[in-house]
Amino acid sequence: MSARTQRILLPVLTAPLLIGLWYLVCFLLAPDRRIFLPAPHQILHALVASRAELFSAWLNTGAGALAGFLLAIAVSGLCALLLSLSPWVRASLYPYLMILQMTPVVVLAPMLIIWVGAGFKSVALITFLICVFPLVVNSTQGLISVDRHLVELFRMARASRRQEVLLLRIPAALPYFFTGLRIAATLAPIGAVVGDFTAGNSAGAGLGFLTIIYSANFRYPELFATVAATCALGFLFTGGVLGLSWLALHHWHDSYGRTDT
Amino acid sequence: MSEQPSPIVEFRAVEKRYGDGPLVLDRISFSAQADDFVSVIGPSGCGKTTLLRLLAGVSAVTDGELVIDGQSPEAAAQELAYVFQEPTLLPWLTVDKNVQLLLRLRGVPAAERAAVGDRALRLARLSGKDRCYPCQLSGGQKMRVSLARALSLSPKILLLDEPFGALDEMSREHLNEELLAVRALQTWTAFFVTHSVAEAVFLSNRILVMSANPGRIHREVRVDLPYPRTPDTRESAAYLQLVAEVSRLLRSVEHYQP
Repeated sequence: MSARTQRILLPVLTAPLLIGLWYLVCFLLAPDRRIFLPAPHQILHALVASRAELFSAWLNTGAGALAGFLLAIAVSGLCALLLSLSPWVRASLYPYLMILQMTPVVVLAPMLIIWVGAGFKSVALITFLICVFPLVVNSTQGLISVDRHLVELFRMARASRRQEVLLLRIPAALPYFFTGLRIAATLAPIGAVVGDFTAGNSAGAGLGFLTIIYSANFRYPELFATVAATCALGFLFTGGVLGLSWLALHHWHDSYGRTDT
Repeated sequence: MSEQPSPIVEFRAVEKRYGDGPLVLDRISFSAQADDFVSVIGPSGCGKTTLLRLLAGVSAVTDGELVIDGQSPEAAAQELAYVFQEPTLLPWLTVDKNVQLLLRLRGVPAAERAAVGDRALRLARLSGKDRCYPCQLSGGQKMRVSLARALSLSPKILLLDEPFGALDEMSREHLNEELLAVRALQTWTAFFVTHSVAEAVFLSNRILVMSANPGRIHREVRVDLPYPRTPDTRESAAYLQLVAEVSRLLRSVEHYQP
């Protein structure tokens, strides 16, 4: 069996095992407690029955996650360029960046609601706050970790500072940027759901808002269906970033192993 | 021997130290003619690379004077090209774009860049590899791209800092022959730093044997083997004798304790 078939076949074989285990646990539970763990077919049924509601919430959360994610990319790019300028700038700003990262974003939710109101803007801002840190740190690291021989080449050729940044530092930082982007892609849907949970409103209800409604109404199969929808959003973001990363790097970067030499 | 009127490179009692550190180069006096191929050989720490950096104008002389083509090293920078020990290619650019990089940094328009780069690629025998990425090339091929990039500037003076040091013996000999073949087509004065005596004798007409702490020119050896030099040159008695002589000189400076 080739490594590739193994990678695809084995997880597929595991699926029935896990589902079987799930049913076993449902079966072993006392009848009056079975409501707390809906069986897979009940969840599937809830997913189909509430599809309109779930899909619209999924879109709302997805939009909030995407907006926050894109904002984080733009802001982190500018921040990283600024931080890469000199060790002085880094020393002066890093501690404050750390403080921002150490503050649980959920605590900021009430402030955000006061500032921009509950709903889409708050959700996007909370996503932004969660995503921005790994992006800034990784991109900055990339911009300052350029092979010193290449820097020497540019300096010796009397390249301008602008040429050095555009033609050398930014392309060299791409692998680091994508590392940050992968982390941010897993955080963005989480951020949006948490944001919706704490600062959502019924007008633009997202998956976090639905979670509250379903759990308050004991609609546990729908609750699990919401979890599945969140999970799907995460896969979409991560998949998209992996695809972009492949497009940008597979020609030249070692992380996409070469077959020929 | 008739002395040509004005040398292209002239060191006049050049001294170099970095900051308050020890003297790296001590009273270097030497002049090279336009058609010279000068190899610089010596123990580690004798200031070989520093010598090239002074020529390249990225490091200033502490005392004495260095004149390149009648100008200061900073002013003559456009007439020089530098080949590093590492290939120093940008891994995200294809070979042709890598070769054109220095032209691009100098602001040469794209069409002209492509034409000049193409000529340099042919000169370094890399035609057909232009769309490859550096990671698809062997060590020797990468070095050729690096060489082609330097040649694209049509330099008057080519500075080479142990360019073939990391290659195996076969590739190195092969590239030595090609370097001389290129030089027959595109003439430049060469300053070639190396650790290999055989390479120095094969390539140069003049070899500077340096001693360390501080770096001084210990002896100059003239290599009067005729060009063009071929693999057969390496078997001639005169070549072997010169290799033995330079090796002996090198041993004497390696053991020399000031």
